Amino acid sequence: MAQAHGTPPPRADPGQPCVFKLVLLGSGSVGKSSLALRYVKDDFRSILPTVGCAFFTKVVEVGASSLKLEIWDTAGQEKFHSVCHLYFRGANAALLVYDVTKKESFHKAQQWLRDLEKEFRPGEVVVMLVGNKIDLSEEREVTFEEGKEFAESNRLLFMETSAKLNHQVSEAFSAVARELSQRGGGEGQAPGRDAAVVLNEGPTRRARCCAH
Amino acid sequence: MEAGGDTAAPAPGVVEDLEDMRIPSEQTEDHGGVHPGPPDPEDGGLEETGSTAKDQPPSLSPLPQSEAPSSTCQLWGPGAPESSPMGSPESGSGGQGGDPTDEDWRSQRKHVFVLSEAGKPIYSRYGSVEALSATMGVMTALVSFVQSAGDAIRAIYAEDHKLVFLQQGPLLLVAVSRTPQSAAQLRGELLAVHAQIVSTLTRASVARIFAHKQNYDLRRLLAGSERTLDRLLDSVEQDPGALLLGAVRCVPLARPMRDALGALLRRCTAPGLALSVLAVGGRLITAAQERNVLAECRLDPADLQLLLDWVGAPAFAAGEAWAPVCLPRFNPDGFFYAYVARLDAMPVCLLLLGTQRETFHAMAACRRLVEDGMRALGAMRALGEAVSFSNAPSGNAPAYSVQAVGAPGLRHFLYKPLDIPDHHRQLPQFTSPELEAPYSREEERQRLSDLYHRLHARLHSASRPLRLIYHVAEKETLLAWVTSKFELYTCLSPLVTKAGAILVVTKLLRWVRKEEDRLFIRYPPKYSTPPATSADQAPHNGLFTGL
Repeated sequence: MAQAHGTPPPRADPGQPCVFKLVLLGSGSVGKSSLALRYVKDDFRSILPTVGCAFFTKVVEVGASSLKLEIWDTAGQEKFHSVCHLYFRGANAALLVYDVTKKESFHKAQQWLRDLEKEFRPGEVVVMLVGNKIDLSEEREVTFEEGKEFAESNRLLFMETSAKLNHQVSEAFSAVARELSQRGGGEGQAPGRDAAVVLNEGPTRRARCCAH
Repeated sequence: MEAGGDTAAPAPGVVEDLEDMRIPSEQTEDHGGVHPGPPDPEDGGLEETGSTAKDQPPSLSPLPQSEAPSSTCQLWGPGAPESSPMGSPESGSGGQGGDPTDEDWRSQRKHVFVLSEAGKPIYSRYGSVEALSATMGVMTALVSFVQSAGDAIRAIYAEDHKLVFLQQGPLLLVAVSRTPQSAAQLRGELLAVHAQIVSTLTRASVARIFAHKQNYDLRRLLAGSERTLDRLLDSVEQDPGALLLGAVRCVPLARPMRDALGALLRRCTAPGLALSVLAVGGRLITAAQERNVLAECRLDPADLQLLLDWVGAPAFAAGEAWAPVCLPRFNPDGFFYAYVARLDAMPVCLLLLGTQRETFHAMAACRRLVEDGMRALGAMRALGEAVSFSNAPSGNAPAYSVQAVGAPGLRHFLYKPLDIPDHHRQLPQFTSPELEAPYSREEERQRLSDLYHRLHARLHSASRPLRLIYHVAEKETLLAWVTSKFELYTCLSPLVTKAGAILVVTKLLRWVRKEEDRLFIRYPPKYSTPPATSADQAPHNGLFTGL
């Protein structure tokens, strides 16, 4: 569908950063929105559960080039999964977020990884495992080693963060951005592409959901 | 906390008729608006299951008064043994986590529960749902017992408590209240709660889930929506109007600006866009409905109110959101897709409701158009004043203080015009000033809300509707008046005389007439356009046929 619009000379215009789509996945209240908000607006507040998906953009400098991240912050709640799956598609990167004080959210992140693997060929997306809320060290249920081990065995990037204390948040996103640009941004979205392109990919498969 | 005016004792103030007011109305004595004696016929007894004697109120509530002999319990349900937490509160030992025995929990004025037909708890306004399984079991038993006789339970009146039941598909909603709200008002609240649930899940999927698995725990799917329900129920007590009057509140705005914004919304379109709404803090600025998508279907005000409450949620504070939402009155079984964004980092919120699930980016582009247009109009500044009202009240600010009326002694009012032209009737509106001192604290707002509810119940009583009520309460005097042109509730200082009250109301009416164009959307964009030809309707939209 990328051909849908006429003239996409990839990376031709140095002024236009390459666009990458990044999704935040994970169970409810692990801090996905907080990470996004901290990263994009350097803000932290207690937020209510995300409704559907929230969308942010941020331009990141990686070395000499800059790239634009389109961040899709998805709702952790089960009821929104039908819409959120939609935003898997065309994603270039995913942050699998879990809460280090909740073992279950760690298992859930592993589940999300399996879901991702169903939709993408190996290596097609950059995946980072993120253990959030390390400021709550006393309540920790998932150790750094556990997270690291799982990430390594699945060849994921890994980082532990605290959106509240602004610890390692932009580092995590930057690491993903670096990885994306190293993997050859040419495969990423064409600069200045029409926004509808990603979403038009394979609308047929989801259409049945409307028939509720 | 015991709010004043909550008990059944008549208010201490002298209650009189408003004889000298030159209004052709039935003048009825109003004993403080409460019915200490026999309840109003429509308010009385068990509405449909009238077999039980009225003067023997069943004491089934989990609240303090339930120590009363529970003979009716036996009469009511074999499924409700006396040892249940409802029947015998003394069985609990303090607050050992068991909610129904907890004093705080029991002292709440109004409880709202949602449970599944199988008795599985889904939502409780107070306390944790887990602790309430037994209580909910009793409610289910009550409902199914009456059902087994081929009847449906609607309400139980027990001393100062009202228990209102509402069955909606596989969901059972129950309100247990000792506020002065009438059963009809409580039912309206339960309907709004149900609509809220349907808006996130759709009626069809709720039905499907329970058809598939009767004891499904719906809380899994509703996670995150509880706060929305809490907010909805809080608003009834803290800022009454919308639900009570079945109308939306508009941001006061000069008519040329509003018209320009309406025209702007109509200009900015996107594929599948059905409805665009501009709102601020749960109040409507303007809305435009796409004729080719929503052709003959009018948007129900309840749906619009639901959307306004929804986009006012703090969850939408950051970024651009894209979420499915169902409009229960329009089509309880289908989803729309909503794009929600705050404009220019302001509390002004744009909602674009579309029928296609993959049009986020088109909607985002549409939003940029709206934003540019608003900037060109200088609308942000005009609306900015609406938002900053609480800090800096200014004469022509879109939100307004009651002072603006210039009627000393007037503290607050709700005004709903009824004389709007016929083809505008689909957008019922009301206006009210900000709640200011002495109604700045929770208890005071609750008291005012109670009084408004009480007067509203009297005006709209099915058996003895009134046109005019002059009510002297303990801390304020109220005057409620319904004519063919408007419905009005005023709250006045307690020291006002009847003549003074008339003067104030006259002044207020004159002021409203003068400000009409600013206070209300007199000509709602596209609402006013009668559907052109039904031929150009969009039949491609599976949403409307997907029943």
